Amino acid sequence: MTKLPLSEADLQAWVDGQLPESRRAEVDAYLAARPGEAERLSAYRAQRDALRQHFDPLLDETLPARLRQLAEKPPIAVDPQKRPLLERWSLQRIAAGLLIALLGGAAGWLGHGQYQGDERVAQMTPLPRQAAIAHVVYSPDVRRPVEVTADQEDQLVKWLSKRLGTPVSPPKLGALGYELIGGRLLPGNTGPVAQFMYHDGSGQRLTLYVSTEDTVSRDTGFRFAKEGPVNVFYWVDGKFGYALSAGIDKGELARVATAVYDQLEHK
Amino acid sequence: MDSGAILTELPRLRRYARALVRDRAAADDLVQDTLERAWSRVAQWRPGSDLRAWLFGIMHNLRVDQLRRPGLNTVPIDDEDLAVPIRATQGDRLELSDLESALARLPEEQRGVLLLVALEDMTYDQVAGALGIPVGTVMSRLARGRERLRLILEGSSPSVNLRVVR
Repeated sequence: MTKLPLSEADLQAWVDGQLPESRRAEVDAYLAARPGEAERLSAYRAQRDALRQHFDPLLDETLPARLRQLAEKPPIAVDPQKRPLLERWSLQRIAAGLLIALLGGAAGWLGHGQYQGDERVAQMTPLPRQAAIAHVVYSPDVRRPVEVTADQEDQLVKWLSKRLGTPVSPPKLGALGYELIGGRLLPGNTGPVAQFMYHDGSGQRLTLYVSTEDTVSRDTGFRFAKEGPVNVFYWVDGKFGYALSAGIDKGELARVATAVYDQLEHK
Repeated sequence: MDSGAILTELPRLRRYARALVRDRAAADDLVQDTLERAWSRVAQWRPGSDLRAWLFGIMHNLRVDQLRRPGLNTVPIDDEDLAVPIRATQGDRLELSDLESALARLPEEQRGVLLLVALEDMTYDQVAGALGIPVGTVMSRLARGRERLRLILEGSSPSVNLRVVR
């Protein structure tokens, strides 16, 4: 019987034990005469062992529940419990998207009108609109609604105060059922502004927008603006402009706004 | 399909995904995508055929899709094309595992084949079937992957599989 020459594929198969028994002896003989090759193939076998030793423990790991469930049965297309929530979320997102588009369009239009007069004013977005846009952008975010969370409130306060150049801190709204989630720094018309976010037990979110940009306005009482689905109470107090935004009804929002105003006034 | 059949393969799918993509969360995401796609195509699975190879094939295709979706246009450079700079290796001893970091330096196509053969114990035909490539290609990727891994582990630092941004 003529012997076929050994190929690299044969050597690989020898490493993996996939070589027909009839050829194994040939490889053994080949390697016996070539220490370099023998060393190379034994390194490959060592790789196999090392890989198994390293990755085999993963086989005994507890399987994540989501994967185990998904492996056992197909994902249910219509989950009667989850579906409405998902739909609600998507509707909210669509609404938010529409609102941003509308507000952007409105701001553009207003800017267009004012551009003839005063370029500086034309670029200013009014406080309640800025606040409403920031609210619809960040409040629907499930995983990352804020930059710094409430469990690092000290750092949040220190950071925002430093960036705004004046002390700012989130009012405590626990008595009204709203708990601080955290806050973030945002770009305003000309510089940094701050946003604090709260939620109640039902997950309803509320944001307080704090701006130090509106230096020309004199103090105002409460004003109310409705920007699409978002209600906004806003007021100017000294060098601060505040706007409280949420998709809750006007009466409830007024109650919270009053509490915020009182706290900021007496701090 | 027996509802336990896929579950039986789940630990192996996870192990392979982790060895392939290294990052734990990304690996489990890949497994999840694989399971979802498997269920959506369960009608295409022929009862009695190799379920494991079918699942690994789905995972492979998903991974290929992922890799084809980079933010930049990239062109793979072959080892022989250029003398590419050797990456800094000073920090390598800080790596969690030399083996994992060495493995991560293999081109993905070589890593995949090597893992299916060495870790999953698939025959060359099974690998070819799962990946949808000829057995000859399996053999050449396996040989090149093993040799490169050997050189990396021995510290010979073969040139790295860099990609050039077009």
